[in-house]
Amino acid sequence: MTVETFEIPVKEVTDVQTIKTTCAYCGVGCGIQATVSHSQRTVAVKGDPEHPANFGRLCSKGSALAETLDLSSRLLEPQIYGRTASWDDALTLVASKFQQVIEEHGPEAVAFYGSGQLLTEDYYVANKLMKGFLGSGNMDTNSRLCMSSSVSGHKRAFGSDTVPNCYEDYEHTDLIVLVGSNTAWCHPVSFQRIRQAKENNPNLKVVVIDPRKTDSCDIADLHVPVKVGSDVALFNGLLAYLYQENALDQDYINQHTEGFDQAIQAAQLDAFNVATVAEKCRLAPHVVEIFYRWFKETNKTLTLYSQGVNQSSSGSDKVNAIINCHLATGRIGKEGAGPFSLTGQPNAMGGREVGGLATQLAEHMEFSEQDRDIVQRFWQSDNVTDKPGLPAVDLFDAVANGKIKAIWIMATNPVVSLPNADKVKQALQQCEFVVVSDCVAHTDTLDLAHVKLPAAGWSEKDGTVTNSERRISRQRALLPLAGNAKPDWWIITQVARKMGFENAFPYETPADVFREHARFSGFENSPEQRLRSFNISGLAEITDEQYQSFPPTQWPIVSSDALQDINNFENTKRLFAEGGFFTPTRKAKFVAVEHRAPQNAPDADWPLILNTGRLRDQWHTMTRTGLSARLNQHKPEPFVEITPADAQANGLEQGQLALIESQWGKMLARVTVTDRIAQGEIFVPMHWTAQFSSHSRMGGVVNPVVDPVSFQPESKHTPVRISAFSAAWHGFILSRHPLVLDGIDYVVLTKGNGYFRYELAGKRDVKNWQGHLAYQLKPYSGELDWQTFQDQTKKVFRTACFHEGELQAVLITGPDSHLPEREWIGSLFDPARETELEADERMALLTGKPPLGTPDVGKIVCACFNVGAKTIENAIKDGKLTTPQDVGKCCKAGTNCGSCVPEIKEIISAVNS
Amino acid sequence: MKQQLVVIGNGMAGMKAVEELLSAAPDKFEITVFGAEPYGNYNRIMLSPVLCGEKSIDDIIINDRQWYEDNHITLHAGPDKAVVNIDRTHKQVIAKDGTECHYDKLLIATGSNPFILPIPGHDLDGVIAFRDIFDVNKMLSYSESKRHAVVLGGGLLGLEAANGLVQRGMDVTVIHSNEILLNRQLDDTAGHLLQLELEKRGVKFKMSAKTTALIDNGEGHVCAAQFADGVELPCDLFVMAIGVRPNYKLAEAAGIHCERGIVVSDTLQTFDPSIYAVGECIQHRGDTFGLVAPLFEQAKVCANHLSGHGMAKYKTLPSATKLKVTGINLFSIGDFIGDEDSEIIKFSDPSAQVYKKIVIKNNGIIGVVLYGDTKDGAWYQSLLEQRTNIEEMREYLIFGQAYFG
Repeated sequence: MTVETFEIPVKEVTDVQTIKTTCAYCGVGCGIQATVSHSQRTVAVKGDPEHPANFGRLCSKGSALAETLDLSSRLLEPQIYGRTASWDDALTLVASKFQQVIEEHGPEAVAFYGSGQLLTEDYYVANKLMKGFLGSGNMDTNSRLCMSSSVSGHKRAFGSDTVPNCYEDYEHTDLIVLVGSNTAWCHPVSFQRIRQAKENNPNLKVVVIDPRKTDSCDIADLHVPVKVGSDVALFNGLLAYLYQENALDQDYINQHTEGFDQAIQAAQLDAFNVATVAEKCRLAPHVVEIFYRWFKETNKTLTLYSQGVNQSSSGSDKVNAIINCHLATGRIGKEGAGPFSLTGQPNAMGGREVGGLATQLAEHMEFSEQDRDIVQRFWQSDNVTDKPGLPAVDLFDAVANGKIKAIWIMATNPVVSLPNADKVKQALQQCEFVVVSDCVAHTDTLDLAHVKLPAAGWSEKDGTVTNSERRISRQRALLPLAGNAKPDWWIITQVARKMGFENAFPYETPADVFREHARFSGFENSPEQRLRSFNISGLAEITDEQYQSFPPTQWPIVSSDALQDINNFENTKRLFAEGGFFTPTRKAKFVAVEHRAPQNAPDADWPLILNTGRLRDQWHTMTRTGLSARLNQHKPEPFVEITPADAQANGLEQGQLALIESQWGKMLARVTVTDRIAQGEIFVPMHWTAQFSSHSRMGGVVNPVVDPVSFQPESKHTPVRISAFSAAWHGFILSRHPLVLDGIDYVVLTKGNGYFRYELAGKRDVKNWQGHLAYQLKPYSGELDWQTFQDQTKKVFRTACFHEGELQAVLITGPDSHLPEREWIGSLFDPARETELEADERMALLTGKPPLGTPDVGKIVCACFNVGAKTIENAIKDGKLTTPQDVGKCCKAGTNCGSCVPEIKEIISAVNS
Repeated sequence: MKQQLVVIGNGMAGMKAVEELLSAAPDKFEITVFGAEPYGNYNRIMLSPVLCGEKSIDDIIINDRQWYEDNHITLHAGPDKAVVNIDRTHKQVIAKDGTECHYDKLLIATGSNPFILPIPGHDLDGVIAFRDIFDVNKMLSYSESKRHAVVLGGGLLGLEAANGLVQRGMDVTVIHSNEILLNRQLDDTAGHLLQLELEKRGVKFKMSAKTTALIDNGEGHVCAAQFADGVELPCDLFVMAIGVRPNYKLAEAAGIHCERGIVVSDTLQTFDPSIYAVGECIQHRGDTFGLVAPLFEQAKVCANHLSGHGMAKYKTLPSATKLKVTGINLFSIGDFIGDEDSEIIKFSDPSAQVYKKIVIKNNGIIGVVLYGDTKDGAWYQSLLEQRTNIEEMREYLIFGQAYFG
């Protein structure tokens, strides 16, 4: 037998390459310039100076993208029932199982659940398969949780899901009204752009309407701390006020709108004067008055809104209440004036364009006979669904009650993010067939899957995304696919082919999908046929090369002339300034709305209102941001914000653990006493999952209440109660290696630079810590040396273990939450430093403080440059600094994304007072 | 005319008292000192470094003969000048060679004698104590020609002797009756660390052992040591370092009240108002002494009274222990074991050779053991002596004074 040897041709690759792509995080959709070294599999990212969304800026999350590319947490092979399988076996099983369920129970028994993380091409293929060929409307997405109220509001008012304005308006406006949007943390680059615009334009005023005094208030001229859920009354009141003050644009109303009379009547009935508004919204009358007057007096008014508006049982009505005010003043689609929904996810908009919500059919078409007919003919399928599918919450209810028997979840983590999330978990546990495609190996959802499909990660994805201002940007692969991972569009295409739809799913590249999508958007799209807002048919003939080099461009792109010179293509920056809506009459519709209180009211048993939201440095369920040590430093633990009075009334102290309970579930979080929130309300961040915490999943607590129009959950308002979690001990572990800490009441994991950090608390003492740690570390480290500090009377036990001089883990426990800071100990695990500790470092280890002479930088404030509070304090003291700019010059803090500037300001005022 | 002060004992306690007196009342007394050793006054606690070769005899002399002359002190030094009788009736002392000397005030500082275990063979050649320059010289000469040394006693002195003899090239085994070395100064953890460290340096140990006999080589010299468990070790030099007994024979013979030592008041006065006593020979409120710190304190108080100031009172405070073995730092003070009412704070890092333990009662430190890192010993001692309330300091207390800057 002879062995043949092959000469493997070496492909000429220039090792270092600069590639433009788009950030993986929020809906701002920032352009990124990535420098890729293929031989090292390393990526360095910076903002793309030419991208119109960010012009070179990046926030802390975007800046840290390169730190999330480690393959250790990736899912790299398909798995069937926990065992590695071939793609062919996995895809065959998915195809046959879905087919079998449809044959036995009909198409309503299957569902896809997608995500704003999917690329437009992925979304298109998934939506086409489900709605066009499997014949079910059950394709919903996590955009339901963030955008669907805006979609509904847009559709009701404009006849289409269309954002009228663009980011450039920040630089042209004189009044920005931020409603329910902590832009400073959730869309940091937009916020920086607004901050800059404000510096450049002294006339620009900013009003922040938010129950909480968020960091966005840092640039606010007026903070309107509206009662949670009362926005409709506030904007109805505004409409009534503008009417009263004769500040309306009657021409615009007459020419381009319908339904004003009903809307103004409803508004007046709901909120006929400032006093009524002040009462309904729990505001000081003069605050309402100032806001209304500014709005009245400022033609160039831009209202930016996001989850605080959308995530509500009256979310759609809130959106329309806002749009009503803009329609009535003709301030829409004009330079510096318009209602502007800020999307949460990188491609929520792209999903909406292809029709990836259960309440949409495809390409801005719905379920009318005409629309269905168009879709049937374009897709050449006689099995196009004729009715909407189930929106997220209902969809998982249907999983729970067995109506849906096979579900495929793509790139999202509903076990964490959906309301009443414990029920979602149970539903998936008992579901007959659960497929999850994801890029990471463990999520709370993935862990329940029967078939796991390894999807391409951000750095490998190739396709397009659309940001909040309708701008389509390319996301380009920086690195080859990791392991056996595949793009989502490819995976779905293969399943479709195995189900017998090979003719309808001929795609070999994302460009193939994009061309069909572009063609479809223009198919019979004319005033004479079925006019739709979304139209990129100008790109239907885009070549592979043109697709590859396609620059960020706003839709609509109707003319194929665009392809001749796309770089000089005239974007349609703004829409509707001169009407031209997509209703049958081409007129916008005022929607008469009235204030409705959130569905579940607080009562004696559940006296507080739980509000939820994002943190600056985390993204969704932390599957990516949780990997970046830098990002984990800002807020490493789930916390609950509560007023001093409510804290006292409930026996809570700063830093203590609290148990938050609703009728639906419970969670633990650390108490942050603050006056940034209103009395009667508490706030928790949304990000923590079972992967990172034992009992801190916010989703389990949130009430499963949805908006009747958009079906978006009311995540910002759940009646709860709070009490002290009386732990017998508190502690933390920093370990070089991951640990399993079962049976401890409170465990929160954060990834640090070279270590895993576990925050701990328990009701029962742990008898033999050293034994536990030794057992778990043995596979990594072998024999260990121990350092211990014990004060049994005070319940203090601290220990550190070493292997041949290298620090392996540090455990610190005590009777209460007053534990040493973690930063310095964490720094000792830094892979860049000598592994052996200096003698004085070793002796100081269990104090948590550096030995004298080593600077203690304090808690990290600036995550971009890793600058700590103490460094900043010292810089302020030494240099007698008074402005954040000075601080930035001195120690770089706040000079990148700038989202820590409010904190730096606080430090300045604390030091200087 | 000056009064006559006679001091019996040219050791550390007596001379410290004289030094204090000279500074407090330089012209009050004419001073005469009797010493049984033929030297000036030397620092006995530095004999260990001499044995190790780290210091010479000259290095440890505190006051040479010139000093006595300079201060107009008459020194009678040498075996012949050992005082054999105190004639209280005539207020005079008589030395072995017949020298007589009148006193107005007498200070007895006769120190202590090493305890010699009365086992068969204890009087053989090669069986010595570790007390004075004579003993050190003897050990040094043995180390030049002999191989096997056995040191009886795992206390401070025994370990220092063993360490010195190892340094001098001998094969040394320490015999200790307890299972813990320095069991009067260290708890088991610290004792164990110390044993490991000394073993690294070549010292061998036989713990919880009872010596039953020393064997004659046939020429009146020791050649082996026998133990209760039947083991027999070769032995050319047998050093007894199992403690000292106050040397009060002279005082007792003179009719001064003695119990386990010469009983003194808080002013270091004996039952005879003209006679004072300080140092290892005394018994104060039931305590006898073996460490240098209280001796110096006694000397101060005694000088205060001799000089006529008459203000000070002696009070026994816990005193700190250190082991004079280069590279081994240990510190021990007070009640380092504690009882059911006390609380313990511990820090240990065996592989870094560090162990610390603080015993606390009613929010005050009552005892401390430090091994390896003793730099905060003095600080703990002052917290203990001043009964500082450490409640607020507790979290960082064991990490040292640096955390309270």
